[in-house]
Amino acid sequence: MAARALIHVPKTAKKGEVIELRAMISHRMETGQRQGVNGEAIPRDIINRLTCTYEGVEVFSAELFPAVSANPFVSFYTVAVQSGVIVFTWIDDAGAKQVATAEITVS
Amino acid sequence: MRSAGLGAALLCVLIGTARAAEIPAAQRQSGSAFMSEATRAMQADDTSNPGMLSVLEGSALWNAPAGKAAKSCASCHGEATASMRGVAASYPAYDERTASPIDLAGRINACRQEHQGLEPFRRESAELLALTAFVGNQSRGLPILPPNDPRLAPHLALGKEIFDRRRGQLDLSCASCHNDNWSGRLGGSPITQAHPTGYPLYRLEWQALGSLQRRVRNCMVGVRAKPFEYGAQELIAVEIYLNQRAAGMNLETPAVRP
Ligand code: HEC
Ligand code: HEC
Repeated sequence: MAARALIHVPKTAKKGEVIELRAMISHRMETGQRQGVNGEAIPRDIINRLTCTYEGVEVFSAELFPAVSANPFVSFYTVAVQSGVIVFTWIDDAGAKQVATAEITVS
Repeated sequence: MRSAGLGAALLCVLIGTARAAEIPAAQRQSGSAFMSEATRAMQADDTSNPGMLSVLEGSALWNAPAGKAAKSCASCHGEATASMRGVAASYPAYDERTASPIDLAGRINACRQEHQGLEPFRRESAELLALTAFVGNQSRGLPILPPNDPRLAPHLALGKEIFDRRRGQLDLSCASCHNDNWSGRLGGSPITQAHPTGYPLYRLEWQALGSLQRRVRNCMVGVRAKPFEYGAQELIAVEIYLNQRAAGMNLETPAVRP
């Protein structure tokens, strides 16, 4: 199944305001530490990186590790500087990218 | 091990407790009311409720053409916001073709088989849970309205009988915990009144969405009884009884539990 992402970006904000951004993506975050029913190792398969850009400028990035739960949820803050596009990008162990975008209007 | 010890401790508490009556309507409370503030906040916001990821997935499946005739659910049912509003509030319902009750997941699988000509989804598969959560979500905020169908009466009676009968090595009934001790805690977890208002729901412990049947099977294993198989008529009877017991309470699909 394709990954589904849910993001929260305020639609509008005042210039200079501190805004909360939230991002959640469906992913099993298989740790690589578990065994299947016959004792075979289940290979690691996690999202290992999340980055967030605001009008092309990186405002947040995080490395994710196997101890992070399935469907990782991340929340952080940034300052509203100008109207524009906020882009969240998740990268998994296979190098596959998932992208979600939202627009914000700053007055 | 941990839960076995706690179960035994609880057993000591429950032995000798006189059977209280059913929960009066005015005291009924959704399981969510017993949750921590953090869990409730997570449920209340659609961008932090992990169950909404499955609802999104369900919405994609709803619109995806499938089977020989390449029909999607939407080809026949159109916009789910209109056609599926209130549907989940009246399931399980009576199914004419099988002359037996059918729950929402079973109803969705019946459409998949008869109208799309496909193999049914496995019970508790991510796809079936996603579609069930998507259809269930269309009734969020609506009161549970069990169908007024006399053909369901014997199944309702069976469900109540199962709920009230002691079982398992711990010899406890559902009622021992959920009617008589709902305000208590079991190993840190609130016991709650066992209302089916939020299902399928996201359980952090499962790191996934799970059905009401999964929850009830867990409770059966908890008293060390052999759980009914997924899709069994007994489990559907329990669902019917739980819905009757929660009639008028609002649906919250997908809820969040710890
Ligand atoms: C030993 C006590 C005990 C017994 C007996 C028991 N349960 Fe439970 N049940 C619990 C606890 C504790 C929880 C909550 C667990 C949690 O959320 O961590 C629970 C949760 C539930 C829920 C979920 C409610 C919600 O809001 O999510 C349902 C439904 C339920 N039980 C049904 C049943 C049924 C049906 C039976 C009988 C087959 C049963 N239980 C037997 C202790 C019990
Ligand atoms: C070819 C048309 C067709 C397709 C495709 C189809 N359905 Fe149905 N569905 C029906 C019809 C007709 C009914 C009415 C009951 C019956 O089958 O007798 C129904 C009933 C239902 C009901 C019960 C509604 C109620 O009010 O009780 C649900 C839920 C449902 N479908 C979900 C789905 C889902 C989910 C899918 C996709 C996996 C789907 N259906 C695909 C034709 C279809």
